[in-house]
Amino acid sequence: MLNPACKRLLGALVPTLAFLAPVTAQPADAGPTLEAVKARGTLVCAVNGSRPGFSVVDSKGEWTGLEVDVCRAIAAAVLGDSSKTQFVKTTTQTRLTVLQTGEVDVTVSNVTWTYGRDADLGLDFVTPTFYDGQGFLVPRKLGVKSVKDLDGASICVRPGSTSERIIADVQAKYRIKITLVVIEDQKELNTAFFGGRCDSFVQTTSGLSAIRAAVAPNPDDYVILPEIFGKDPMGPVVRQGDPQWRDIVQWIVFALFEAEERGVTSANVDQMRESKEAETQRLLGVGTGATGKGLGLDPQWAYRAIKQVGNYAEIYDRSLGDGSKLKLGRGINAQWTNGGLLYAPPF
Amino acid sequence: MATGTAACRSFAIAGTGAIRPPPPARRGTLGWLRANLFATPLDGAVTLALAAAIAWLAPKALAWAVLDAVWWAPDGRACRDAAGACWAVITEKHRLILFGTYPYAEQWRGALVVLLFVAMLAASAGPWLAARAKLWGWAATALAILVLMLGGVPGLEPVGTHLWGGLPLTIVIFIGTVAGGMPLAVLLALARQSELPILRALAVGVIEVVRGLPLLAVLFVASLIFPLFVPVELQIDKLLRAEIGMIIFFGAYAAEIVRGGLQAVAAGQREAAAALGLGYWPRTRLVVLPQALATVVPPLLGDVIRAFKNTTYVAILGLFDVLGATKVALDDPAWSRHAAEAYLFIFLLYLVFCLAFSRWGMAVERRLARRRRG
Amino acid sequence: MTGRTPPWRSAGVRATAYQLAVVAVLIGVAAWMTDTARHAMQERGIASGFDFLLDRAGFAIGHAFFAFSPDESYLRAFVVGVGNTLVVAAASLVAASLLGLAVGLARLSGNWLLARIAGLYVELFRNTPMLVQIVFWYTLCTLMPAPRQAWSLFDLAFASNRGLLLPWPERAGVFAVAGCLVVLGAGLVPPLYRWVDRLRRRGRRPRAVGGLALAALLAPAVLWWAAAGFPTAWSVPRLRGFNFAGGLALSPEFLALFLGLSCYIAAFVAEIVRAGILSVGRGQIEAAETIGLARGDLYRKVVFPQAMRVIVPPLAAQYISLVKNSSLGVAIGYPDLFSVTNTVLTLSGNTIEAIAIMALVYLTLALAIGFLADLANRAVRIRER
Repeated sequence: MLNPACKRLLGALVPTLAFLAPVTAQPADAGPTLEAVKARGTLVCAVNGSRPGFSVVDSKGEWTGLEVDVCRAIAAAVLGDSSKTQFVKTTTQTRLTVLQTGEVDVTVSNVTWTYGRDADLGLDFVTPTFYDGQGFLVPRKLGVKSVKDLDGASICVRPGSTSERIIADVQAKYRIKITLVVIEDQKELNTAFFGGRCDSFVQTTSGLSAIRAAVAPNPDDYVILPEIFGKDPMGPVVRQGDPQWRDIVQWIVFALFEAEERGVTSANVDQMRESKEAETQRLLGVGTGATGKGLGLDPQWAYRAIKQVGNYAEIYDRSLGDGSKLKLGRGINAQWTNGGLLYAPPF
Repeated sequence: MATGTAACRSFAIAGTGAIRPPPPARRGTLGWLRANLFATPLDGAVTLALAAAIAWLAPKALAWAVLDAVWWAPDGRACRDAAGACWAVITEKHRLILFGTYPYAEQWRGALVVLLFVAMLAASAGPWLAARAKLWGWAATALAILVLMLGGVPGLEPVGTHLWGGLPLTIVIFIGTVAGGMPLAVLLALARQSELPILRALAVGVIEVVRGLPLLAVLFVASLIFPLFVPVELQIDKLLRAEIGMIIFFGAYAAEIVRGGLQAVAAGQREAAAALGLGYWPRTRLVVLPQALATVVPPLLGDVIRAFKNTTYVAILGLFDVLGATKVALDDPAWSRHAAEAYLFIFLLYLVFCLAFSRWGMAVERRLARRRRG
Repeated sequence: MTGRTPPWRSAGVRATAYQLAVVAVLIGVAAWMTDTARHAMQERGIASGFDFLLDRAGFAIGHAFFAFSPDESYLRAFVVGVGNTLVVAAASLVAASLLGLAVGLARLSGNWLLARIAGLYVELFRNTPMLVQIVFWYTLCTLMPAPRQAWSLFDLAFASNRGLLLPWPERAGVFAVAGCLVVLGAGLVPPLYRWVDRLRRRGRRPRAVGGLALAALLAPAVLWWAAAGFPTAWSVPRLRGFNFAGGLALSPEFLALFLGLSCYIAAFVAEIVRAGILSVGRGQIEAAETIGLARGDLYRKVVFPQAMRVIVPPLAAQYISLVKNSSLGVAIGYPDLFSVTNTVLTLSGNTIEAIAIMALVYLTLALAIGFLADLANRAVRIRER
C-alpha cells in the first residue's frame, strides 16, 4: 500500500505522532476493513440519527431503529458482541463523505440506491434493508383495505409532488375516480386530513407513519394501505475496493432475511441449531458444511447476529412495526413468500 | 487648515435660548423619576411607550410560561391542547439533553463532572486563591473530569468517547479548547514575534489563514477530511479531531491577543534579561511572558467565553453536546412540536454559564486595575 | 582555529539550523499525508481534479436569490452558494450595524428604563451561542401561522410559516443598479468638499454646499432611473390559492439566519459603540456643552469623529466574524456557500477540491473586509498637522 520510502518515514514519525494516536493503536499492516474493525474492537456506523423508526436516540440516550439494529447485527457477527458499535450521526450531506474518507466502516443511514451514487462515488450498495415508497393513509373507520377501494375518495396531496403523479397512475391503473385536494403546507395538510377534510393522503410510508404517531389524535384510528408506489430502495453502503467487507455486510443482511423465512428467531435460535434442515444448519454454523471462511469469519457469525439482535421480522417489528409507535405494516417489505421483496439467496 | 475653515460656522446657541433652566430636583423618588425617566418630553414619551409595551407583554408571557404551562405529560398528549408552554418536554427529555448518549446508569458521573466544574469555577472566581493554586486546581479538575468520563479505573466502567454527550461533553470540549489552545497561542505569538524569518512567516500564515476561515470549516476539515490524510491504523477518535479543530481556532485568535501583550512588554526588560546572560527560553519564561500574560487577561476572557459558546458548533458535526442532544431529543415525533420550549431551556442554560464567566471577567479586570493603581 | 566560535555555537547558524529542521519536518509530514491521501483515494475510487466543476450538478437549491436548476454545473452551484452567502451577510451586516448603534446609544441614554432594556438585550444576546439563537429563531419561524392565516400589514406584507413576503419593485434590477450608483455618488462627495475647501482658502464663499453634495450623491442614480423610464410599479404579494404570489419572498431559513446573525452581532456592535463613545473625554463633551452645541451637533462634530477611531478596528473584526458565521446556515438548511459545498462534495466525491474552493472564497471575503477596514481606519485616523 505504501512505498518503502514512505514506510521508513512513517516509522520515524510514528513515535512523534504517538501522542495523537488513540489508546487502541492498531497493527501497522491492517489493510481491509475487516482487519481494521477487528483491531479497533468496535464497528463504526454512519446513521441518520433523526429518522424515527430508523435511527433515533430515545429519552434514555439509547440508539434505536432499523438502521441501528442492522449495524448491531454486523457487530455481533464480526466482533461477537452487538454492543461493540459506535454510531456517527450524519446528515444527508455527510453520510457518504464519512464513508469515503474512512471515518466509518459502513453507512447504514438508509441511502436510496441509485445508479448515479453507485457508479460515480466509489461506493458499493449492498442489498436493500427497507423499500420505501409512497403510500396512502386512511381512517380505519372507512373500512378501506386496498387502494382499489378508494373510488370516489378525495385525497390530500402537496402540489407538484410525486404524490400527484402517483394518484394519476393509480386512477388509470384501477379505473377509479379520485378528487384531489391540493394543499401546499405540510402542517395544513396534516390538519386537513385529521380534521376530515379529505379521506386519505399520500406520502412516503415512513413519513406517513411518523406523522400518524405524532399528529393523529389517536394513531390506532388510522391505517396505511399495503400498496406502495415509486421506488426508494434503501440499504447499507460500503467503500469500493474491499470485496470481502462488501460480502460480509451483504450476507449478514441476507442472514437476517433467511432467519425470518426459516422461522429462526432470537428466542428459538438455540433449538433451531438442532434442526435437520441442511440450510438452517449452514445458516447457524452447525455441521460439517458450515463455514465462514469465505467471509473471513468463524462459522457461527449468523448465529450470533440472530441470537443477539433477532431476525429481520423482529427488528422490523420493534423499530417500525406493531412493537413501535409507528405501526407501519410490512407491505412490500415482507418476505418474497408473502408477496414482498425480501429475498435471500440460498445458504 | 482645511477643517479649520469649514468650522467657521458656529454651532453655539446664541441669544436667550442659551440660558439654561435651573437643574431639576435630584432627590427623593419623584426627583429620581424626573431625572431618570422624564427628563425631557421625549424621554417621557419613550418611558411611557416602553412601560405600555411591558404592561402588555408581561402578563401574556407569564400566562404562557407559568399559568397555562404543562409541566408533566408522559407521552406528550396533555401538551396537545395546552394554551401555554409545554415544559413537559424538559421533564421527559432532561436526561438526554443534559447527558446525551452517556450510559443511563452511569450518568451520575456526568453530573459529578458538571458539579466539579462549577465548584472549581466558583473557587477561582474570588481573590482567595493564588494564581499558582488556581492553575494546579484546574489541572487536577481536568484530570478528574477525564478519569470520571472515561472510566476504566477500578469502580468505574469504561465509557468510550463516542458515547459522551450533553453538558459534560460541552465542558470537556471547553476545557480542552482552552487548555490546549493557550499554549498554542503563546507559541504562535512568540513565533510571530521571533527573529527567525521562516518561523515568523509560518506563524503569520497559520494565524491569518485560520482567522480567515469559519470555525465550521476548520471543524469540518478536522473531522471529515483529516481521516483521508492518515492511514487507517493511525486514525484518531472523532471527539479528539473536533477538539483539535477547536484548539487551532482558539489558538489563532488568542495568539493575536497574546502578541499584543508581548508588544506591551518594554524592550528594556528583554534587553536587561539578555544582559544578565539569560538565554531565549529562560528570558521568555521568567521575564517576558509573566508580564505579557498579566496584561491580556481581560481580553483573553472574552475569547474564553466565546470558546464556551463555540462548543455548540460540534452539534453540526453530529456530536451530542447540549445543543446536539437537544436536537436529537426533538426528533421524537411526540415532542418535535415543542422545540421552542426545549431551545428556550438550553438558551437559559448557556446564559447562566456565560453570564457567570463574564461577571468573573469583570471582577478580574477590576482587581487588575486596582493592583495597577495601587 | 582556537579562540574562534565553532560554527555550531554561533547563534546565526543555530537559528538557520532550527528553521531548516522545522521546514524539513513540515514538508515531511505534508508529503507523507498527501501520499497517504493519494493512496486512499486511489484505493477507494475517490475522484480528484477540478474537471467535475463543469459536470451536471443534479441537485436543486431550495432557497435561491439566484435561479438554479439541477441541469446546471457544479461551478454555477458554487456561484449561487456564494451569492446566497453574500446576500445574507450584507443584509445582516447593515441590520446589525443599525441595531447595534441604536442599542449602544440607548445604553448610554439618560432614560433609566431605556438603558436597562438595552443592557438586558446586550446581556441576553451576547451571552448565548449564536447557533442556539439561530435554531431558536428558525423554530419560531416555523411556528408562524399557515399562509391563509398569515399575519398581514395593510395587506402589503405578510408573515407566515412560509416566511416573510414584502412588496418589491417590479424592476428590481433598475433599483439595484441605482443603489450601486448611490455608492458611486458617495465617492464624489469628498472630492467636492476638497474643492470647496480650496475655494474657501482663496477667500471665496461658495453657497449651498450641502445641496450640491446631495446632488452629487443622488445624480448618477436618478439619471439611471430616468434612463430606465422612471419605473415605479411595485409587485405586491397576493394570496393565490394556498400560497402567495408576487412580491419578495424571504424564506424562514433566510429569516432565521438573518435574525440570528444580526441580533447576535448587534449586541457586540452595541458594546463597541458604547466603548467608543465613552472613550471620548468627558472634558470634550463638557466643553462642547459649554459653548451650547446642540445635542445632534455634539454627536456629529465632537463625539463620533473621535469615537470612530476606537470603533473601527473591533467593528471590522465583528464584520469578518459575521461573514464567516453565515456558514451556520447549514444547520437550518439555508443554502449558503458552506452548505452548497457540502452537497457538492457528497454528490461529486471531489472532497478536497470542493473544500479548497470554499476555503479560498472565505479567505478572500475576510481579506476584502480587512482591506476595507484598513481604508476606513486610515480615513478616521488623527491627522497631525
